[in-house]
Amino acid sequence: MSAASRFFDNRNVLGPLFMLPAAALLLFFLTYPLGLGVWLGFTDAKIGRVGEWIGIENYEFLVTDSVFRLSVFNTFLYTLVASVFKFVLGLWLALLLNKHIPFKSFVRAVVLLPFIVPTVLSAIAFWWIYDAQFSIVSWVLVKMGVMDHYINFLGEPNLARMSTIIANVWRGVPFVAICLLAGLQTIPPSMYEAASIDGATAFQQFRYITLPMLSPIIAVVMTFSVLFTFTDFQLIWVLTRGGPINATHLMATLSFQRAIPGGALGEGAAIATAMIPFLLAAILFSYFGLQRRRWQQGGSDR
Amino acid sequence: MASVELRQVRKSFGSTPVVHGVDVSIADGEFVVLVGPSGCGKSTLLRMIAGLEEITSGEIRIGDRVVNDVAPKQRDIAMVFQNYALYPHMKVIDNMAFSMKLAGRSQEEIHARVDKAAKILGLTDYLDRYPRQLSGGQRQRVAMGRAIVRDPQVFLFDEPLSNLDAKLRVQMRTEIKELHQRLKTTSVYVTHDQIEAMTMADKIVVMNSGRVEQIGSPLDLYDQPANLFVAGFIGSPAMNFLPGKLVTKWGGRGVQIAPDCVLPAPANSESDGSDVVIGVRPEHFDIGASGVKAQVIVVEPTGADTQVYCRIAGHSVTAVSRERHTFRPGDTIDLNPAEGKSYLFNPASGARIA
Repeated sequence: MSAASRFFDNRNVLGPLFMLPAAALLLFFLTYPLGLGVWLGFTDAKIGRVGEWIGIENYEFLVTDSVFRLSVFNTFLYTLVASVFKFVLGLWLALLLNKHIPFKSFVRAVVLLPFIVPTVLSAIAFWWIYDAQFSIVSWVLVKMGVMDHYINFLGEPNLARMSTIIANVWRGVPFVAICLLAGLQTIPPSMYEAASIDGATAFQQFRYITLPMLSPIIAVVMTFSVLFTFTDFQLIWVLTRGGPINATHLMATLSFQRAIPGGALGEGAAIATAMIPFLLAAILFSYFGLQRRRWQQGGSDR
Repeated sequence: MASVELRQVRKSFGSTPVVHGVDVSIADGEFVVLVGPSGCGKSTLLRMIAGLEEITSGEIRIGDRVVNDVAPKQRDIAMVFQNYALYPHMKVIDNMAFSMKLAGRSQEEIHARVDKAAKILGLTDYLDRYPRQLSGGQRQRVAMGRAIVRDPQVFLFDEPLSNLDAKLRVQMRTEIKELHQRLKTTSVYVTHDQIEAMTMADKIVVMNSGRVEQIGSPLDLYDQPANLFVAGFIGSPAMNFLPGKLVTKWGGRGVQIAPDCVLPAPANSESDGSDVVIGVRPEHFDIGASGVKAQVIVVEPTGADTQVYCRIAGHSVTAVSRERHTFRPGDTIDLNPAEGKSYLFNPASGARIA
């Protein structure tokens, strides 16, 4: 056996060798842009001009910037309200779909539709639904005599916040519902039979069996849902572009607006970087707090 | 404690009937085993008693109450499931206390009852564990503990031992029987294993394709099977069946299974020449005495006894002997059914003639 072939038979050589292409791709396409973004946040780069290192000046400015602070508030409000509604509606939908209903698989496929449609497409549909002059919602309400004028859904701060949250919930519910449905189907029917013999009512079965046994999946699904919502961009950009008077500006949209149309690359990058601690906190919270319970650990299936 | 009464109980899933009019009465404190091959409707019957399946027609009484439309939790029964159905997210103590918590019992009462049940089952050291951290036999005990704490009128067991290994199964079998002797609670036990049925039951209900074939004590079923099905199902190794025609010979009756091969048959009033099936249990063949000729195919010594697989006139036959024989495959031996220990069946209806 030649030295070269023995060299390549060595596990310690072969392993890293096989990992190399994937590692290189990751390094190039993931780490480089992320690192560049973080670095840009510490410079005063503008479009067309290489930036100089300015330390944390961008962040010092952002802390005092009322628009940035508003966007942080908006992002939290948007994420919190939308996630709560997505969870409640998604769980409710999953429980319904878990029952024996006619055309079960067809209904399940239909439920997934909002998730499959490209975000921009559904955003445009919502934009039309929320239009100040042609809104179908306003039209129906006026024709029914409930209202006497058209609602300016995207024109007033709180209405606009509510409208964008509704659109986000509509888009996010199917993902939550389908994942929770998959979780529901892993609960053996004998659990419910045992509980019903033990004297549990339907609500008690939900409270003491369904919810605890679903909690690991809920943790994973809601972590993802929170991450998606926190970093949402497309929906807001198509519907409101952050308006009116920055009422719907999220950190993601503000970052883009400052960096690309506004040209302040450094400042935009700093805003985007400021999202990272929040996202990390959300991930760590779910990882340590929720995901793996004691009852799932230890002991094999003997 | 209470008696359980099934009257003409029927069950259909859609248009497919699975239980066809079953009548069983179970006395207070009795241990009854429903046994039969898989798909015979025994589990469905148990689930109907539990209230997990609706009763298509007929009547089920627990005590003196008709429970057809009573919810499971109001039937005052406890059930042990095949997969135990322990709540994985609750500790053993919470699994056992769950029903009493729901019923709003006081903490002291719950503790007292759980402790008592845990002591009976030897679970005291495991109360703080989760089901995942227990072995199969321990989980099985927790499932029984959950049933015991409720002190129900009736225990229902749905193949509770089939997930255990053979050794543990024998041990738990004894434990369940001992537990029943101690608590004397009416029990209905479903199994497909006839040995479990024979060893545990006060009374066995043999079921086949949704019908009751025979009801009786274990030894009644063994000694007096009502038909071919029960005769073949109860006993291990299974009874040998040889088809033939009735003849009169040696001043008595015999069954001609081949031109030169006649087995002595029990007394009966059927006419010569009618088709019959003669049944002989493996342990009721005398080996070595005069009798019909059989070719030895396989000899299986198990230590306590020897099982001999052989062939009589083209039919496979098993014989079990307590003696140690030195046959070799291919030898010819003489087999003779012990007197008064063979059965005659009608091949068309399966019913026993004598």
